[in-house]
Amino acid sequence: MPTRRQRPKLAVWKFASCDGCQLSLLDCEDELLAVADAVEIAYFPEATRAVVRGPYDVSLVEGSITTPHDAERIRQVRKASRFLVTIGACATAGGIQALRNFQDVEEFITLVYAQPQYIETLERSTPIAEHVFVDFELRGCPINKMQLLEVVNAYLNGRKPNIPTYSVCLECKRQGNLCVMVAHGTPCLGPVTQAGCGALCPAYDRGCYACFGPQDSPNTGSLAHWWQTRLDVPRDDLVRAFRGFNAYAEPFRKESEAHEQ
Amino acid sequence: MVVARGDLQQLLDALTAQGYQVLGPRVRDGAIQYDELSSLADLPIGWTDRQDGGFYRLEKRDDEALFGYVVGPSSWKRFLHPPTVTLWRSRRTEEGFELVESPQDPPKYAFFGVRPCELHAISIQDRVFLQGPYVDPIYRSRRAGIFVVAVNCGQAGGTCFCTSMGTGPRARKGFDLALTELLGPERHEFVVEVGSPAGAEILAQVAHRPATPEDRARVAEIEAETSRQMGRQMETAGLKELLYTNLEHPRWEEVASRCLTCANCTMVCPTCFCTTVEDVTDLTGQEAERRRLWDSCFTMEFSYMHGGSVRSSARSRYRQWMTHKLATWQDQFDVIGCVGCGRCITWCPVGIDITQEVAAIRGEPVT
Ligand code: SF4
Ligand code: SF4
Ligand code: SF4
Ligand code: SF4
Repeated sequence: MPTRRQRPKLAVWKFASCDGCQLSLLDCEDELLAVADAVEIAYFPEATRAVVRGPYDVSLVEGSITTPHDAERIRQVRKASRFLVTIGACATAGGIQALRNFQDVEEFITLVYAQPQYIETLERSTPIAEHVFVDFELRGCPINKMQLLEVVNAYLNGRKPNIPTYSVCLECKRQGNLCVMVAHGTPCLGPVTQAGCGALCPAYDRGCYACFGPQDSPNTGSLAHWWQTRLDVPRDDLVRAFRGFNAYAEPFRKESEAHEQ
Repeated sequence: MVVARGDLQQLLDALTAQGYQVLGPRVRDGAIQYDELSSLADLPIGWTDRQDGGFYRLEKRDDEALFGYVVGPSSWKRFLHPPTVTLWRSRRTEEGFELVESPQDPPKYAFFGVRPCELHAISIQDRVFLQGPYVDPIYRSRRAGIFVVAVNCGQAGGTCFCTSMGTGPRARKGFDLALTELLGPERHEFVVEVGSPAGAEILAQVAHRPATPEDRARVAEIEAETSRQMGRQMETAGLKELLYTNLEHPRWEEVASRCLTCANCTMVCPTCFCTTVEDVTDLTGQEAERRRLWDSCFTMEFSYMHGGSVRSSARSRYRQWMTHKLATWQDQFDVIGCVGCGRCITWCPVGIDITQEVAAIRGEPVT
């Protein structure tokens, strides 16, 4: 456990991602000062130019690995970090860019770039945990800033973070939302998705999009069967539903592949 | 006694005048949910609900019934046993830490429109929270002063099976006042039964006339008609033994293939009582608090012990839920833990039906 006198050094790293997750740290307006008080923000290019050399007590890693260069860089980050937390769907599941994993990347490159020989990329976009040991994975696209604070807070106080891995439905029901699937026939991924967002979409009358990835024991097959047989969801839409920000998370990947014609 | 439709508002007014916060059914987001009522006009007048496994829709009735529907997703549990509460807070001191009491000052609730199955559910939670060796002070403080206006069901829902469980469709006890809605081309009245001195006191402030033998006969007829409409049924004879001797029945595997382990059934069940606690701190570690949240035996964490979850398969989790409700509950609380309200069937996203599962384990053909 870190001592009070010496503030732990925190670093924020970016790989292939949109920056949304690390920005949620800056978004913690009310709490940001308290965080800055509690930790020394040693490396955070998005917020400050100042760079403090490693090693770091905590590294927050955003983004997926898509290039050979990044595959090497993440090893350096791991070496420089005592506690490594991946944040967001890119870092924990490969992100939306993992849609490439279902296609031929070479073909994309020749179609998109005039000089494809300068493009150096990997065939697949992969989560950080496929490359190095990860101490904690924080899900979400984007992450929930309260959950991020909870992880930092738990680390500082030497306790286990309260980040449940059960379904969105528990949050949805505790909040007293009406179930959009049962009462409106709207397809909802909540039952197979990990809680964390506070059942945001069902609260606004929409089905869950699975931003927080699969819950700890997802039964995607049963849900997909119900959508097909009771909610008349066509196969193409089923594939698309499971191929979102967490498309490459294994249970979702398998489910989308099962419905591909 | 009989109260005319036009005078029933006086009942609500009398409760409000006595300082009660009146809660009752309202239409919210396309379902009937329990919420604050300020006038009878807030009730789902002229609405009914169509329910089936994983299916719920509101529909217009062709009359102006005040209570022409059954139960929705929320139950009174939400008020007596809230989904999240802070149990205590603490502050670091020179010597160690001090506890800061969390004030529990619940409003004085009047529940308006409690169905007979729900009265039973409340009495079951009374056993759980008040009548065992450990009394839950939060439940006790919320439960203590409630005023209950029950409503006998004039029609059964598609997933109801209270007659099987002996909990409805007519309230026998556990209420201050119980209403039966009498609705006809020329009439709209409520037969009111008094269940307590507090009920008599409130009724005295409402215009009413004595009930005639004909009124009473109508109440009995409504009960009989509703009983014949049950959307589901469950054979309860020897239920406990049935489940105890079938812990390895292949049906558990079959239902597990459909179950999403999403926990909706336990959340909507008016008798399920399980909770978990979360300890949270502030960033500096100077303050901490413990929160209590509804939990469910369908989560992996629920059975987590050193080394992992005891019930990691969906099969073992579904079996836990059903055997607890119908069998071990009897050993624990001397009553079946299911009142036949049908919520777990309607609000299961994939329509898993506890009555069908029992029938399947009995070896009856499943429709
Ligand atoms: S709306 Fe979605 S998340 Fe909420 S209970 Fe229904 S299925 Fe679950
Ligand atoms: S088990 Fe189902 S039918 Fe029985 S009381 Fe609970 S929710 Fe109602
Ligand atoms: S069925 Fe499950 S959630 Fe409900 S009371 Fe029993 S163990 Fe708790
Ligand atoms: S029985 Fe239905 S509501 Fe209950 S956990 Fe399984 S899928 Fe969810």
